[in-house]
Amino acid sequence: MEYFLQQLINGLTLGAIYGLIAIGYTMVYGIVGMINFAHGEIYMIGAFIAVIAFAILGPLGGGGVVVALLVVLLVSMLLTAVYGWTLERLAYRPLRGSPRLAALISAIGMSIFLQNYVQLAQGARTKAMQPVITGGIEVMKGETFTVTLSYVQIMIMVLTLALMAGFWTVIARTPLGRAQRACEQDRAMAALLGVDVDRTISLTFVIGAALAAVAGTMVVLYYGVIDFFIGFLAGIKAFTAAVLGGIGSIPGAMLGGLLIGLIEAFWSGYFSIEYKDVAAFSILVLVLIFRPSGLLGRPEVEKV
Amino acid sequence: MLRIDGAHAFYGHIQALRGVSLDVQEGEIVTLIGANGAGKSTLLMTVCGNPRAAAGEILFRGEDITRWPTHRIARAGIAHAPEGRRIFPRMTVMENLQMGAVAAAEDDARRAARLEHVFGLFPRLAERRFQRGGTLSGGEQQMLAIGRALMSGPKLLLLDEPSLGLAPIMVRTIFDAIATLNREDGLTVFLVEQNAYMALRIAHRGYVMVNGAIAMSGDAAALLADEEVRAAYLDGGHGKIAAGEGGAP
Repeated sequence: MEYFLQQLINGLTLGAIYGLIAIGYTMVYGIVGMINFAHGEIYMIGAFIAVIAFAILGPLGGGGVVVALLVVLLVSMLLTAVYGWTLERLAYRPLRGSPRLAALISAIGMSIFLQNYVQLAQGARTKAMQPVITGGIEVMKGETFTVTLSYVQIMIMVLTLALMAGFWTVIARTPLGRAQRACEQDRAMAALLGVDVDRTISLTFVIGAALAAVAGTMVVLYYGVIDFFIGFLAGIKAFTAAVLGGIGSIPGAMLGGLLIGLIEAFWSGYFSIEYKDVAAFSILVLVLIFRPSGLLGRPEVEKV
Repeated sequence: MLRIDGAHAFYGHIQALRGVSLDVQEGEIVTLIGANGAGKSTLLMTVCGNPRAAAGEILFRGEDITRWPTHRIARAGIAHAPEGRRIFPRMTVMENLQMGAVAAAEDDARRAARLEHVFGLFPRLAERRFQRGGTLSGGEQQMLAIGRALMSGPKLLLLDEPSLGLAPIMVRTIFDAIATLNREDGLTVFLVEQNAYMALRIAHRGYVMVNGAIAMSGDAAALLADEEVRAAYLDGGHGKIAAGEGGAP
C-alpha cells in the first residue's frame, strides 16, 4: 500500500511535466496541423536557461529561495518563448501553404540544429546542479517503507495545476483563446473576420514554449541533472501523451501526460525500470490500434 | 463604395476571373448572378484578398485594398458571409457572434447593442445562443453566418449564396432580413446568388457572370425582364448567355 502510494506520487509528478510539454504539441497541431518535432528541444533549452539563471542568481543571493525560483521561472519562460517565436518565424512560417511533409522535415531539422547548438554552446557533458529545494513530508510510515512527498514534488504539482487552470481560462474565456480556437477550426474564415492569423499562430508557439520552459525548470529542480539530449526522449514521451489523449485536444494532452507519467512510474516500480519506455510506447501502440483518435480526441471525419 | 477594375484571379492553375470590372455604390443592394462555376464566389473571396487578384485593382472607399492582407480588409469594414457559411462548428452561437465582432474595435456597449440588433433580426439565434454551431440546421447556420458578419458593423456586406440548400420559407426569411438591413440601416450589400429571381427582386442593380467575366449588367428590374436572362436563369434555365463584354439590356 505504501509502495503503491509512493509510485502514485512519483507518477503524478512525472505526468505533470509531460502534460505541460504535451500541451505545446497539441496546440500547434490543432492550429497548423503539423507536429512540431523541435518542441522537445524547446523544453531542453528552457531547462538550460533555468540552470544558467540559477548559476547567475546563486552568488547574488538575497531574497530567499522563493524569490529566486520565481525569477528563474520567469526568465526561463520569457527567453524560451523567444526561442519558440523565432522557431516558428524562421522554420515554419515560410513553409506555410506548402505540403505538410516540408514543415515536418523542417521541424526535424530544427530539432537536430537546436541540439547541436546547445551542445556546442554548453558542452556535451551533463550539467548538475545543487538541489535548491530540499526536504519533504512523510505522508505515511509503514513497517518497511516510508512514503515521502518532497517539497519539489508539491511545487511541481501545484504549479502545474495552477498553470493549467490559468491556461484553460485563457483558451475558454478570453478573446485570444477564442481567436485561437477559431483559427484551429477554420483559419481562412477567422481571417475573413479580422483575426490576424499569423499573429495568433505566433502566440500559440509562444505559449507552448513558455509552458515547456516551466517543465524544463521543474525537471532541473527535480532531477538536478540535464544535458543537451534530454529534449529527445521527453519530447517523444510528451508527443505520445498528446496522441494518447487525442492530438488537438488540450484536456487530452493533460490527461495523456498524467497517464504516461503514471504508467512509467508504476512500471518501473513493479516490473523493471529498464523497460519503462517500452511500456509507455506499447500503450501508445495499443491506443493507436483500438482508438486512433485518442482518449478525448474527435474522429478526423466531421459532419458539418 | 466598392470598385473592381479588371480583376484577374487564379485558383491553382485555373483562371477563375478574367478581367472583372464592376462597382457597388453606397446604400445599394447589388447582385451578381451566374451559373455554377462562373467565378462568383471567387470574386467575393478576391475582394477579401484570398486569393489575391493577380492583375487589376480593387478599391474600397477610394483606397486600393488589392494587396492588403485579409484581416486588414475585414477591419476596414468589409464583412463576408461566405460560401458554405463556414460556421465554427465547435463554438457556441454566442462565441461565433463574438468572433464576428473581432474586426470592430469597439466598446462593450456598442457590441452589446449590435448583439441585440442581430437577435432582433433573427430571434432564433437568441434561443440557440448556447448551442454549438455545428448542431444548427442549415437555415439557422445561414442566419448565424449573416449575424456574425453583422457583428463587426460593416460598411459593406458580402453575401455568398445565402439561399443555398434552404427550404423556401427559410429563403424568404433570409431575403426579408437582407432587404430590411438595406432599407432600415442603409447597409450596402453585394449579393451573389444562383437563385436569380429572389436576388433580382430585392436588388437595385445586377451583374451577370459567365466564365469568369461580366456578360451583362443593368437595373435589377430590367434584368428580371430581359429575355436572355429569363431564358438562362429564370424560366427553367436552359438558355445560354455568351461570354464577353455585354452592354446593358
